[in-house]
Amino acid sequence: MKKTFKTRGFFERSAKWITNSIVSVTDLVFGSLQKLIGVKGMPYFFVMPNLLIFGIFILYPVLLNFVYAFTGGTSFFPDQRPFVGTANFDRLFACDSILQPNTCTEDLFWRSVHNTIFFVIFQVSLMVLFSLITAIVLNRKIKFRGFFRSVFFYPCLLSPIVVALIWKWILQDNGLLNGIITSLGYSRFPFLVNATWARFWVIIVSVWASMGFYTLIILAGLQSIPADLYEAASMDGANGWKAFTKITFPLLMPTMLVVIVLSLIRAVQVFEITYAFTGGGPGTATLYLVQFIYNYGFSSPNKQYGVAAAASLLMAGVLVVLTLSQLAARREETY
Amino acid sequence: MNPILEFLTRKKGHKRLGLSDVLSYIYLLLGVVIMFGPVLWLLLSSFKTPLEIAKFPPRLFPYRQETVAVEGYEEELPLFITTLEDGSTRELAQVRRVGLVAQMIDPLDPETIIKVPIDQREPIEKISFDLENYITGASRFNFGRYLFNSVVVTIAATLLTLLINSMAAFALSKYKFKGRQTIFLTMISTLMVPISVVLVPIFLVVTRVGLNNSLLGIIIPVAATPTGVFLLRQYMLTIPNELMDSARIDGASEWRIFSQIILPLSKPALATLTIFSIMWRWNDFLWPLIVNSHSELFTLQVGLASFQGELNIQWNLILAMTVLTLLPITIVFAFLQRYITTGIATTGLK
Repeated sequence: MKKTFKTRGFFERSAKWITNSIVSVTDLVFGSLQKLIGVKGMPYFFVMPNLLIFGIFILYPVLLNFVYAFTGGTSFFPDQRPFVGTANFDRLFACDSILQPNTCTEDLFWRSVHNTIFFVIFQVSLMVLFSLITAIVLNRKIKFRGFFRSVFFYPCLLSPIVVALIWKWILQDNGLLNGIITSLGYSRFPFLVNATWARFWVIIVSVWASMGFYTLIILAGLQSIPADLYEAASMDGANGWKAFTKITFPLLMPTMLVVIVLSLIRAVQVFEITYAFTGGGPGTATLYLVQFIYNYGFSSPNKQYGVAAAASLLMAGVLVVLTLSQLAARREETY
Repeated sequence: MNPILEFLTRKKGHKRLGLSDVLSYIYLLLGVVIMFGPVLWLLLSSFKTPLEIAKFPPRLFPYRQETVAVEGYEEELPLFITTLEDGSTRELAQVRRVGLVAQMIDPLDPETIIKVPIDQREPIEKISFDLENYITGASRFNFGRYLFNSVVVTIAATLLTLLINSMAAFALSKYKFKGRQTIFLTMISTLMVPISVVLVPIFLVVTRVGLNNSLLGIIIPVAATPTGVFLLRQYMLTIPNELMDSARIDGASEWRIFSQIILPLSKPALATLTIFSIMWRWNDFLWPLIVNSHSELFTLQVGLASFQGELNIQWNLILAMTVLTLLPITIVFAFLQRYITTGIATTGLK
């Protein structure tokens, strides 16, 4: 690396000095620890801090969730909750037909399941489609590629609350979009009041907020395809569409598989954006699974922890299946 | 071909822009409008007065009515272009309005009051990026406090994540020990179970440990990210073990090997995890919302959400505070965007 400024050398030297002294001091402590527990014990020392926090705050709660799911009552403390067997699950499945939420005891659960399935199908398709197109365009010989890449990625940095407020402001009754529409001579659309429109916009906004991430991943996949393949194909007379279907598409398939599964997993978990954007409304139009769980466990007056936990176990089951298929997809990619 | 078009589409190497190039640029420019337009619209709107906010259809720029200081009046008076009875127009300031008639004066001649029907005057406006919304908003939105909390949480959680994740990844990639496979597989299996699914039990644990209503409650429980361990482990597996062996022969302790050989060699993966962690922690919403109920412990995101609930659509203030909330991460991104986008693309997935 070229050193243009003298100050840079100074900063680098002092940074090095600081890290060196930290290493020396910590080495004094952990070196003597090694003498105490031996080299064989050191891996346990290294894994311990992460394992402790993981065990207490992730693994233990996941296991506790089973306790909640199979116990009843309204108590928050597991030891004060009576065992009820599968009653919470039975309650969720108490339906004439799960295809018609209004025949169920827990109609909100099935409504949220239906909404989530609808959301996942459309959101993932749109997300994959637009990230793929964007990545292909960005992979061409384009001026200002870095700038365009950053612009598409920028919304990924925004928090769900900020995203929700930005779009509420645009879509509200007197908002920018309705302003443009009326100036074209049409009447206003009830974007956030009408159930169908609200569903539509939740999908669009969530694609807007996260497609940049998948675009980057697909772009990396495209750039890892060796350029001489295209040169060879072009010598054989295969250009444009043919090169795309015969070279790009098959070589990009593993990356696409990962992108699809990753976005599926994230779509099933949709919550924060809709919570801030529509709050699940109008009515229950954009009530999704995680918000159902959240509402039942945290914000409803009679806290149904058992039902919430049972619902979350069902959802975790779906997620585990998706995760396993993702790991399989990853393996396929590496071999 | 049209010579102007030919000139515009000329490219380096004398090859002209093809149709697909033109389509690509159109797509990208449209993308810029769609991806960045909403944020720009937020920024422009955040300078608007409540009156201008309520206007429909909305105008692009924040306009503000010009005012003038007139002798004998305490407050500045709004200026209008007024059409008088004889058809001439004059620039007049309004003193007060009574029903459909406005009492106007000439700022240069404040003594004589001219009565004008209100439909005979147009306000004089100028584009103004006035900070009024920001100042009023900041008096009710504890921006400094929330920013401080967000920064503390983001930095502390990221440092903690980097330290413990890299230590664990080091153990899992460079040692053979009893339980290694079990630990790794357990962590991986929770990789995709979101915190939102086990909210109730996590909340119970955090309350029992006594971390609720403290910033530590947002920092510690989320620090042991399975994603980070996975990412770093995969990277460390590619570092040759021979390096460690020769260091051991030189008498280096395991900690020294970790901190002076493995960590410096893992810089790219550590950089990616840093970016991820900063993004995660800065934008965390659900978890901080549940753990802390005292407003002095709110992060920016939680603060903004509760501010929005409190004020019930006082849009001019909400918009200004939203801009303040997205500003810090936008500035960081503006400086580091090249590293961030390439970092995520190259190491983010593997």
